[in-house]
Amino acid sequence: MLAYLIRRLFNAVLTLLVVTAVTFGIFFLVPKATGTDPALLYIGKTSDAASVEGIRVKMGLNDPIVVQYGKFLKGLVAGRDYANGPDVQHCPAPCLGYSFKTDQEVTPLLLGDLPVTLSLALGAAVLWLIMGISTGVISALRRGTVLDRVVMGGALAGVSLPIYFTGLLASAIFVYWLGWLPQGEYVPFTESPGDWFVQLILPWITLAFLFAATYARLTRANMLEILGEDYVRTARAKGLRERAVIGKHALRSSLTPIVTVFGLDLGALLGGAILTEKVFNLRGLGYQALTAIQGNDLPIILGVTLIAASFIVIANLIVDLVYGLIDPRVRLA
Amino acid sequence: MSIGATNARPYLEVKDLNVRFETDDGIVQAVTDSTFSVEAGQTLGIVGESGSGKSVTSLAVLGLHRTRSNAKVSGEIWLDDQELVTATDEQVRLLRGGKMAMIFQDPLSAMHPYFTVGSQIVEAYRVHHPGVNKKVARERAIDMLARVGIPQPERRFNDYAHQFSGGMRQRAMIAMALVNDPKLLIADEPTTALDVTVQAQILDLIRDLQDEFGSAVIMITHDLGVVAELADDVLVMYGGKVIEKGPALEVFQNPQHPYTWGLLGSMPRLDREVRDRLNPVKGSPPSLINLPSGCAFHPRCPYAGRNGNRSFNEVPLLHGDVHKVACHLPPEARTEIFQQEVLPNL
Ligand SMILES: Nc1ncnc2c1ncn2[C@@H]1O[C@H](COP(=O)(O)OP(=O)(O)OP(=O)(O)O)[C@@H](O)[C@H]1O
Ligand code: SF4
Ligand SMILES: [Mg+2]
Repeated sequence: MLAYLIRRLFNAVLTLLVVTAVTFGIFFLVPKATGTDPALLYIGKTSDAASVEGIRVKMGLNDPIVVQYGKFLKGLVAGRDYANGPDVQHCPAPCLGYSFKTDQEVTPLLLGDLPVTLSLALGAAVLWLIMGISTGVISALRRGTVLDRVVMGGALAGVSLPIYFTGLLASAIFVYWLGWLPQGEYVPFTESPGDWFVQLILPWITLAFLFAATYARLTRANMLEILGEDYVRTARAKGLRERAVIGKHALRSSLTPIVTVFGLDLGALLGGAILTEKVFNLRGLGYQALTAIQGNDLPIILGVTLIAASFIVIANLIVDLVYGLIDPRVRLA
Repeated sequence: MSIGATNARPYLEVKDLNVRFETDDGIVQAVTDSTFSVEAGQTLGIVGESGSGKSVTSLAVLGLHRTRSNAKVSGEIWLDDQELVTATDEQVRLLRGGKMAMIFQDPLSAMHPYFTVGSQIVEAYRVHHPGVNKKVARERAIDMLARVGIPQPERRFNDYAHQFSGGMRQRAMIAMALVNDPKLLIADEPTTALDVTVQAQILDLIRDLQDEFGSAVIMITHDLGVVAELADDVLVMYGGKVIEKGPALEVFQNPQHPYTWGLLGSMPRLDREVRDRLNPVKGSPPSLINLPSGCAFHPRCPYAGRNGNRSFNEVPLLHGDVHKVACHLPPEARTEIFQQEVLPNL
């Protein structure tokens, strides 16, 4: 198990390194390809040649790409100083540079967005796990019945309807038509847990609906497969109650593959749920990324990409570890 | 002979058992009018090629078709004077793993991969002993593991099925099946997945445990050698029907049905050249959706025309008192064919 753990950790770090290299490469190449000078993006097209050159020196834009990448890595790990003669600007670790548009440091900017995305993703995840797994199990046990068809029809709708449709529809119904939920903005949990909760209900449900649909289908398919396994028959042959056969023996195995999917989905969502954040006006990482893409603000795009990638890599790592815990065949291999 | 003994039913008595499955391709008639019984302390061997309905029969006895919505079971199954086909799900559940238990063919897939072998035995014990605490159940499980010959049972208790060798796994499976002292044990090809020496050990183990507990045993197998060695009675199945049955010795010394002859011919024998050893019955098993009319074996039977084509008529399990056979050939003709055409080639 320890060797397995170390191997996984090593892989994760390696993957992250590759991710930084690739994103940095793109970051370096995009301005080249579009013929724009990053220095100009920092200070605007009207600036004179001298101050543009000053920015180049300060940001290290004249260095070869490998040197720039090295400095970038150092900034991530230890922070870095941007200097042009006496003009020194310190960027603490993990340094992601400065926004082209506002000159703000990227790291604190994104950290400020993180709680919104975390709240959205984690809340929705709890909801979709409960909804998806329970409907999937029920559907599997009632296979072929009207209930099964209705649930799976709903799941199909859930998978195929886009967020901006379900999200707007949900808002229209619950906020404007029924008036059950207030119209408003995200409220930080630390400010008012109650308002935080109320404001997130709709985004949670909308996002969870999309994922629950996938999970319901997945759970149902797994469950049906597992119910045909010999060891489920053995469980019945021992005289176990059907409740134990399903709830213990069959569910245990049905959920194992879901752990993988769940980890990856959650990891991906933590990098920002662009559509949901946009539809519900939640200023999270996804929203930030969208704005940055529209404004060609490369440092922010790079920052969000790195954070998103890190979440996915970390999620992968956790999935591998959890998998080792729940499947003795992996753990003891 | 006491009055009780004459009136008593055999421990298991199955009458006119029919099992059919509704599938997209049509109705699969997996078992047709099967009638047999097993006394306490006796062993019934069931033989027949793949798909002949051996497993479906044993699953029916355990009531394991009940959870399949497409399965239909009819007839009578009497276990210790209780009728099981008409019993409630709960009544049958309480018997499963208690009075009747089953050992499956492939112990690796028959054990849950995520639970330790010990905990699965404990679970089997506690369903039928709800008052017993974990510690006592654990001791019982370890005791059973030791009984079936697993070394270091305390340590193996915490291992998973995939950490056991094939033979040890089958021993553990047997420990699990026997943990509640079942009076009927069904072993569905318990040794197919094992190599020859281990096979012999497992069969010895089952026999010893049977002697110890006096259970009735149904031994399902492809291997006629196993039946010859272990069984008191034997049942030969073909296409879901019983086509020959009787005391094992009788059936082996004086087999009556052409299909049984074929099976005997397919038995590996030490005194035969390796390349000649296996000599399976020619042709393929019948479709259970469209069973051949009359004697289901007629498309493959070399003697089908010998009796004025009566093979196409319905053939009940007829001739004989204890040794019964379903074949239209008159007994004299059968004896003659067996002596002159079959025996020399066996
Ligand atoms: N749930 C089911 N639905 C449809 N058909 C089934 C089902 N279970 C078994 N059958 C069919 O019933 C027939 C008898 O199967 P069974 O498993 O009893 O054969 P068997 O004699 O045990 O063969 P083997 O020696 O290969 O184990 C087979 O043709 C099988 O396809
Ligand atoms: S009834 Fe006819 S076909 Fe069937 S086994 Fe006897 S001889 Fe062969
Ligand atoms: Mg079978």
